[in-house]
Amino acid sequence: MKIGYFPGCSLHGLSREYEESLKAIVAGLDTELVEVDDWSCCGASSAHGSSHLLGVALPARNLAIAEEQGLPEVLAPCAACYARLASARHEISEDPQLAGRVNNVLVRDFKNTVRVRSILEVLKGQIAGIKARATNPLKDLKVACYYGCLLVRPVQVTGGYDDPEDPSSMEDICKAAGAVPVKWNRRLDCCGGGLSMSRTGSVVRLSAAILKDAKAAGADAVVVACPMCHSNLDFRQKAMKHRGAWEGDMPVLFLTQVVGMSMGIDPKTLGMGRHFVSTDSVLARTAGTGSGSGTGTNSAAAVAGEVG
Amino acid sequence: MARIGVFVCHCGENIGRTVDCHGVAEACKDVPGVVHSVDYKYMCSDPGQQMVKNAIAEKGLTGVVVAACSPHMHEKTFRRATAGAGLNPFLCEMANVREHCSWIHEDREKATVKAVDITKTIIEKVKRNVPLNTIRIPVTRRALVIGGGIAGIQAALDIADGGREVILVEKGPSIGGHMSQLSETFPTLDCSQCILTPRMVEVYQHPRIKLYAYSEVESVEGYIGNFKVTVRRKARSVDEDKCNGCGACTQVCPNKKIPSEFDCGLGKRTAIYVPFPQAVPNLPTVDRNKCLLFMNRAKGRPDTCKKCADACAKGAIDFDQQDRLVTEDVGAIVVATGYQLYTIGKDQPKDNLKGYGEYGYGTIPDVIDGLQFERLASASGPTSGKILRPSDGKEPKRIVFLQCIGSRDPQKGMEYCSKICCMYVAKHTMLYHHKVHDGQATVFYMDIRAAGKGYEEFSRRAIEEEGAQYIRGRVSRMWREGDVIKILGFDTLEGEPIEMDADMVVLATAMRPQPGIDALAQKLSVSYDQHGFINEAHPKLRPVETNTAGIFVAGACQAPRDIPDAVAMASATASKVLGLFANEMLEREPTVACVNEANCAGCFHCERVCAYGAVEHKDIKDRAGNVVRVIAYVNPGVCQGCGTCQATCPSKSVELQGFTDEQIWGEIQALGV
Repeated sequence: MKIGYFPGCSLHGLSREYEESLKAIVAGLDTELVEVDDWSCCGASSAHGSSHLLGVALPARNLAIAEEQGLPEVLAPCAACYARLASARHEISEDPQLAGRVNNVLVRDFKNTVRVRSILEVLKGQIAGIKARATNPLKDLKVACYYGCLLVRPVQVTGGYDDPEDPSSMEDICKAAGAVPVKWNRRLDCCGGGLSMSRTGSVVRLSAAILKDAKAAGADAVVVACPMCHSNLDFRQKAMKHRGAWEGDMPVLFLTQVVGMSMGIDPKTLGMGRHFVSTDSVLARTAGTGSGSGTGTNSAAAVAGEVG
Repeated sequence: MARIGVFVCHCGENIGRTVDCHGVAEACKDVPGVVHSVDYKYMCSDPGQQMVKNAIAEKGLTGVVVAACSPHMHEKTFRRATAGAGLNPFLCEMANVREHCSWIHEDREKATVKAVDITKTIIEKVKRNVPLNTIRIPVTRRALVIGGGIAGIQAALDIADGGREVILVEKGPSIGGHMSQLSETFPTLDCSQCILTPRMVEVYQHPRIKLYAYSEVESVEGYIGNFKVTVRRKARSVDEDKCNGCGACTQVCPNKKIPSEFDCGLGKRTAIYVPFPQAVPNLPTVDRNKCLLFMNRAKGRPDTCKKCADACAKGAIDFDQQDRLVTEDVGAIVVATGYQLYTIGKDQPKDNLKGYGEYGYGTIPDVIDGLQFERLASASGPTSGKILRPSDGKEPKRIVFLQCIGSRDPQKGMEYCSKICCMYVAKHTMLYHHKVHDGQATVFYMDIRAAGKGYEEFSRRAIEEEGAQYIRGRVSRMWREGDVIKILGFDTLEGEPIEMDADMVVLATAMRPQPGIDALAQKLSVSYDQHGFINEAHPKLRPVETNTAGIFVAGACQAPRDIPDAVAMASATASKVLGLFANEMLEREPTVACVNEANCAGCFHCERVCAYGAVEHKDIKDRAGNVVRVIAYVNPGVCQGCGTCQATCPSKSVELQGFTDEQIWGEIQALGV
């Protein structure tokens, strides 16, 4: 299977391990990622906060290029990129006037034919393949699947591939990988999103509540599919501790890393060493994957201490 | 030679503004056969009708054309006037120059030309009209009522009290419906069972009501005044004539852990059971899916448990009883099948509804629905009227009610308002306050819709005198921490999110029609909307009739209804049924298909295309009585006048009276096409 791929800024920077683990697992799932040529910013937060037209035209540019490349669908692993691309597609299809204005801005004859897929949607379609290739099933690993705000919402934009208020696709994917999803309550709460820098206190309060609930439910790790969620939950744990909002260490994994571990892919390839909170406890619990990536995590945690 | 009179109406300004009515009347004077052509401001007024009558008498008219509004509006009026002047009413026709012309055009000149054309086509039609006579069909003066809830009970009693026989069919083991499950009713807080059970007994004892409980309508044939209904009397496994209702059988049944439907799963029942003590008829029923004997039989094992049969002194238990089909002739049918509540869990079989998983119904034991709360508050309920929560039997001190769950939610539920929830939630808060004095009731609402006599006062009383806390806003999520339900919501008046704890949560879920309503509606040939509610014939003027003549609708199977509404509708259907039964013969318009017996070749194409089953076979015999030909015959009682047979017939031997090929052809020719 061939699918378009829109990495967005995060997967090339902040969350490089997300891209590394994604590329590692798609090879095993007979899927080829075709990167959108000369892709640009999706416009998340800053563009649609300042100009509606810009907020639609920026993602539309990327979709238009994908269309020219003949890609019927594009995977946007970052939840914010997914939301921007899918929203633009939805808005343009609903509003012919807007479609005309966007085409004027793009100076392209954009037909809006490219479907936008989230990572959950794509992996949900591959559940049988994930199950079949789970040579190293994560039997003991209890995971708290965290959706956040944008992965399954709003339903008009996502097309309803999952229930927006009571989703289950991430749990299904983790189960296919052999992990045990715990039942917990804050799967859809806000992590604080883009306020990490401007209102760190809010992020600490919101994200700590999520981690505490996951811990109370007995989770060994929190699983996410969004770079922003990951940075708030992982990188900000140090700040949470400083402010007395959180005790302990909760590894925060990308969904693709969980699938990758189940396939027995080497932790380094999956970028398991790039986390601020050490993932060693997770790796130790999963037989066969070894635990030789400790050094990288520790140094990252040290950096987090300075920033937080 | 035809002598046609043309009467052009201005309809005040409605037609006159866009059409030169006088010009139309003048233009029609030149049409061959027209001997009289005038215009008038209001043709439907008394003087207008008098003009028609006078012209018929003075000019000896053989046909009347009224160029005015739609025939839906005033055809009856002018045909009555025509008949009043001694002319056959079917020689009068309407030319629709209002809806089809003046209302939809602006250019006066062109509209006038079109109005002339329309009028001329009808003139040509009327020239070819023949006198027709109203069809008279006999009426079977007994009624069938489907559904034994309060609506069905009321309809049956009213019809029976009006002197006509009634067959009442109820699919459950007892009549009473949802009203028998309720504790107290708004806005007077009178005990539901106390006012209902006397009516149930009245039904049972009424000499003119035949009650078929634990029965379902199998098939319906026929037409208004002459329905033939087959009812499946499901096997109770109990002989109704022998059983005296002593209840010994239910006491010995070993399978006592079956969730009771009557208690909405909060109580338990046995496999042989009477749904509630006041059930009518007071007969036990064996639930064959749960009875050990039948479960063994299904697996091919020998009968083991016969404890109920052993306990019965009358020998009334009959494990080999079979379903029986009985046929009844009735003249009218009342549909009163009632409602079910929106299932709020994740399982919405076949309905394509997503449910409300975020509220944890089905996973958090202390999240219940409105009917379950009724059972908790009811003296006959599983807790004997004490408000105790299902998980640990403790008295909840903080109770939260959520309104509009599944209602007014086009995204995940129904776009309509379920109408009764605002009132019953207000009632629930009062019942709770009366029983748990130190408890706090909180309600999340979207709007309070308390339109009804005494309703607004009642909901104000809940808030102002009974201490209920009303928060305008929605709840987004609920989860359990320990034995506490955490609620996350938003107060839209304060503009702030709310987190609160509750011991029990009650969801006011949407009202939906009963499952299987679509199958029943198809059996009856009545239409239903996208939600399954039966359509009324007209939302304002014919609210209890369906679009199939002789079939009426009452209660919550038509739309969400409270008890007063359902009862009022039921009485309205009874008055309609009794009106229909007032005469021995029923009159119908003669616009039905008629077979030309000389030409019909008996190919029966018409029979295959008829949607109403109106085409029958008729033998043509010679003098010696031998059948020489079999031809088609259209039953005028069943025919709906759609004309499909006419379009299908290869030899043009079946024609719709009043719309013959000759008449239509005349109309087309008048357009000069």
